[in-house]
Amino acid sequence: MSNPHGTITGNRGLQLEEKLIFEQGVEGRCGVDLPDPPKVKSRMGGVERRGPIGLPGLSEPQAIRHYTRLSQKNFAIDAGMYPLGSCTMKHNPRLNEKAVRMPGLGDLHPMQPVSTVQGALALIDTLAHWLKTLTGMPAVAMSPAAGAQGELCGVMAIKAAHEAKGDHARKVILVPESAHGTNPATAAACGYAVEAIPANERGRVDLDAFKKELGPHVAGIMITNPNTCGLFENDIVEIGKAVHAAGGYFYCDGANFNAIVGRVRPGDLGIDCMHINLHKTFSTPHGGGGPGSGPVVLSAALAPYAPLPFVVHGPNGFRLVEEAKGEGAKTFGRLKAFHGQMGMFVRALAYMMSHGSDGMRQASEDAVLNANYVQARLGEVMTAPFPGPCMHEALFDDRFLNGSGVSTLDIAKALIDEGFHPMTMYFPLVVHGALLIEPTESETKETLDQFIAVMRGLAERAKKGDADFFHHAPRLTPRRRLDETLAARKPVLRWRPAPTERQAAE
Amino acid sequence: MPERKFSKDHEWIEVDGGVGTVGITDYAQGQLGDVVFVELPVVGKKVAKGDNAAVVESVKAASEVYTPVSGEVTAINQAIVDDPAKVNAEAEGGAWFFKLKLGNAGELSGLMDRAAYDAFLKTL
Repeated sequence: MSNPHGTITGNRGLQLEEKLIFEQGVEGRCGVDLPDPPKVKSRMGGVERRGPIGLPGLSEPQAIRHYTRLSQKNFAIDAGMYPLGSCTMKHNPRLNEKAVRMPGLGDLHPMQPVSTVQGALALIDTLAHWLKTLTGMPAVAMSPAAGAQGELCGVMAIKAAHEAKGDHARKVILVPESAHGTNPATAAACGYAVEAIPANERGRVDLDAFKKELGPHVAGIMITNPNTCGLFENDIVEIGKAVHAAGGYFYCDGANFNAIVGRVRPGDLGIDCMHINLHKTFSTPHGGGGPGSGPVVLSAALAPYAPLPFVVHGPNGFRLVEEAKGEGAKTFGRLKAFHGQMGMFVRALAYMMSHGSDGMRQASEDAVLNANYVQARLGEVMTAPFPGPCMHEALFDDRFLNGSGVSTLDIAKALIDEGFHPMTMYFPLVVHGALLIEPTESETKETLDQFIAVMRGLAERAKKGDADFFHHAPRLTPRRRLDETLAARKPVLRWRPAPTERQAAE
Repeated sequence: MPERKFSKDHEWIEVDGGVGTVGITDYAQGQLGDVVFVELPVVGKKVAKGDNAAVVESVKAASEVYTPVSGEVTAINQAIVDDPAKVNAEAEGGAWFFKLKLGNAGELSGLMDRAAYDAFLKTL
């Protein structure tokens, strides 16, 4: 391998080059000294393994260093600003982590008798109470494991409600062009055809075009609010009334609920269901540190179809409804083995309780303020596709790069050299070469100013025509720019020993 | 030489003796970027005008290829499945996608000729 850093080792200071673990393995080396297994008669009936399985042999410190070095090549919200739009990479408060590690919560097992986990069930019930209160909705299904499963839960509830009425004619779900890809995927997974709702020149749902799509064939709509362009859907109440008048249900994608907590109760807007990404809005870990958690709030019309199991108050404390009878008679079934992501419930409730209603409201307001600060400061050198202020994320298109030979992707690569995780690129699809920046409430003004200075510098450099600089970025990362075309056309998905080594092993 | 017609979805078709050859336009391949994967219909499949007949995937996006006319697929171009880069190199030449026996030749009149398609591109 060529060594771009001019060092003997290929290392760049304390940033260490690291081979694949298989390349490091030495046959017979092991981190522990185990006695030879006794000779026994095989009972495998002739299907026992005949050759080595190729596990790499490493000492314990080698194995530890391998994973530590890999982790040092990672970028995380704990390392720096991570302005991925629509992903809400906000700080995960350490108080959440302290709460979830308390033995009374951390050592629970989902198979324990219900009488021994009353506190845990009370915690789920308390979190459910606050989710209902913050959204203004009468019911919530806690079990969905993440946003996409929450969508599945909501659309399955919609389908169950139509079928319970004997209405089998509704075959279509309407989804705006700017939607998260999971929305049409969810509708299709539930057997619905998907029809796109066009947007108007302000980046919102075109109300008139939307009303023309409605009819007895429409099962419901899925709308994100604020939408993926970072804009509040002003006509949302009208949209809800229209879909209800047409006999459909209103699924609200709650991925961007973090922009409006404490300011807007979606229930007041006329929605029937909405998933809440606890790993976005309520600060539980997100991306790699997961898992996600996607409780779904439900209107009275959809609540009877909620998935099993769910927590109810009984005469002797809390209990779980596990079967499709009694309170659960109309359920559409079970989404997940147990009651949901308990670890995320604890963290989310810790966030709620430590912030209080005023703190959560301020978090939403600060997220919106930060995004508008970014939008205003970058709007002078970049181009925004829609006029006016934004909600929690600032969206730009690539018109400011016209004629420069620099693309949105090139800007993102150059941003990595500056020590920032790139923003979301090329999404939403309705905006050409989109750059979607979500700073969240976590960042200080100093960090935002540094990010803004970098983005302004890159935009100006691109406009001056220094395309070559961008095409070769990133320069300072452990690996340079990947050849995405070659990677897609000729992917190398598995390490294989070099032929000579294989022959030697045989 | 048979006349080539174009759709608003950036497919081209060239008809010869009741059999149409369909591909995507040079403009389409340019918008897609480096093509990395092509999925073609099975021979014998009946398609209606506007149906998804093939899939083309680039480093940027996966897109459907719609058939500009109805008919029955009679041949596919295995060469672009084996080497998707051909779609970038010769979109309107050797990198055709499939041939189909026309179900309704009248549908051709709803398509654009070269001049009309070029004018359409200028509006995008």
